[in-house]
Amino acid sequence: MPFVPHTETEIKEMLSVIGIDSIDNLFDEIPAHLKIDGLENVPAGLNEMSINRLMQNRAAEDGQPLCFIGAGAYDHHIPAAVWQITTRGEYYTAYTPYQAEASQGTLQLTYEFQSMMTALTAMDVSNASLYDGASAVAEAALMAVRANRKSKSRKVLVPRSLNPVYKEVTHTIVKHQNIELIDVEFDSATSKTSMAALEKFSDEDITAVVISQPNFFGTLEDVDAITNWAHEHNIVVIAVVNPLSLALLKPPGQWGDSGADIAVGDGQPLGAPMSSGGPYYGFMCCKKSFVRQMPGRIVGRTVDQEGREGFVLTLQAREQHIRRSKATSNICTNQGLVVTASTIHMSLLGPQGLKQTAISCHQNTQLMVEKLSAIDGVEVVFDQPRFHEVVLRLNKSSKEVLNKLADQNILAGYDLANAYSLKDYPEFENCILVCATELRIAQDIETLATALADALK
Amino acid sequence: MSEIPTDLRYTSSHEWVRLEEDGTVTIGISDHAQEALGDIVFVELPEIDSEISQGEACCVVESVKAASDIYMPISGEVVDTNQALVDEPEMINASAYDDGWIFKIKPADEDDIEQLMDASSYEAECED
Repeated sequence: MPFVPHTETEIKEMLSVIGIDSIDNLFDEIPAHLKIDGLENVPAGLNEMSINRLMQNRAAEDGQPLCFIGAGAYDHHIPAAVWQITTRGEYYTAYTPYQAEASQGTLQLTYEFQSMMTALTAMDVSNASLYDGASAVAEAALMAVRANRKSKSRKVLVPRSLNPVYKEVTHTIVKHQNIELIDVEFDSATSKTSMAALEKFSDEDITAVVISQPNFFGTLEDVDAITNWAHEHNIVVIAVVNPLSLALLKPPGQWGDSGADIAVGDGQPLGAPMSSGGPYYGFMCCKKSFVRQMPGRIVGRTVDQEGREGFVLTLQAREQHIRRSKATSNICTNQGLVVTASTIHMSLLGPQGLKQTAISCHQNTQLMVEKLSAIDGVEVVFDQPRFHEVVLRLNKSSKEVLNKLADQNILAGYDLANAYSLKDYPEFENCILVCATELRIAQDIETLATALADALK
Repeated sequence: MSEIPTDLRYTSSHEWVRLEEDGTVTIGISDHAQEALGDIVFVELPEIDSEISQGEACCVVESVKAASDIYMPISGEVVDTNQALVDEPEMINASAYDDGWIFKIKPADEDDIEQLMDASSYEAECED
């Protein structure tokens, strides 16, 4: 369904039917003092030639460095066919269509996406996606508070080993809704969420707990033990997962005796380029019993009067166009185009391809750990089962070392002590978080090892 | 014309209440309300033991058209819920005043019921 803007003539016709002079009259209800004349600091538009030049110059500044930074966005191979198909006219819209049922192709694609996500997470239901991983965690916290009606505290336990950006976004979204996020310490020897730290909350009314798998430091958490502990204490389990890792790891639907209740994460590793931080998309799956508290759109499959298969938006009574201020969420759109790419990506790779990619990530990372830990001045901080990231402590200033390698076109890692904000991880002085995906093959690792050894001399 | 039994009391938000012999109060939605909502597909029942004040939203009835809050007609503590509605929410359409009851409360003050509308006032309200 192509997007065709109205012509001047059509706009005039419509305005005359409803008896007003201009579109601006439609906004007369907004008091004049709330309207602004213009936006400061937003420059006038550029023509195509100028904007091309500007963007090309900026892109050239990025260069094409050898990237070992993960920390939430991962450099994976995306088959050329993915974006070739995604940018076909039939798919090329960022929005869930407003007359959704008119776009059977888009709805079917979303339905297939949901089916793939439920298969990957082993959960019952998936929605049509959310903005990104961080806001998906926030939506999951809000959803848990609505769903856990036995708990009155609105307290959510958040491990310090969750991506700190996710935590900050979640805090921003939930803080005005009287929801309290409580930090849970990780074990300083293993980086895993400490069971002892969790046990301290056993006698308190806690609404939900977040479990990050793998955690921000790349380490695999004891998800079964935490899930069982939470369910024994009537706490909703929110799994925050890397979707690619699920091709290898136990899916959240099978954690512990009864599985996680909600599973969310960022879909970027499944076909979205890193692209300076976005757009990505968030995904959200849940148990069937939670579905009426799930935010966002859900596409279902049905048959029409003549028994022909069709796809429709379902459970819409939860949504804002019907439930208004009591909707499960006022996020009414999603990252449709990135989801389209991701669905095509998954269908091209298939379960076996996803698994092979995940295995390659892990193998490259293990090789990298072996090579880098052999260097004088490099220490593996947590010698634990991991997916594709590792924390290394350097015997020199991490900032200086990373800058030195960046000058050689190598992004050697995420600076845990300095990159985001100093208050997050003061204990990680001179520590870097390093990631090797399937793209960082042996020769790249060799390049990194040589340059790092040199920088630490 | 929808059915409005004379032995019940009503609210302007279309709940009905019935004082039972054991002192509990049964609550549901009126025939008029179920008709307006259309086919009911889901009922979110209140939590047993929760204490809810008059006028507070306490559960949700969802039809193919809308999800509507049910408001507590009088203050009290929830003592029972109609579990049959979990699997057969359409029972509210079929039998709004009997099998389609939603929950029972122990009222904070039985006399509060007297403030609610009787059938004739409710009928007048529905006609407005």
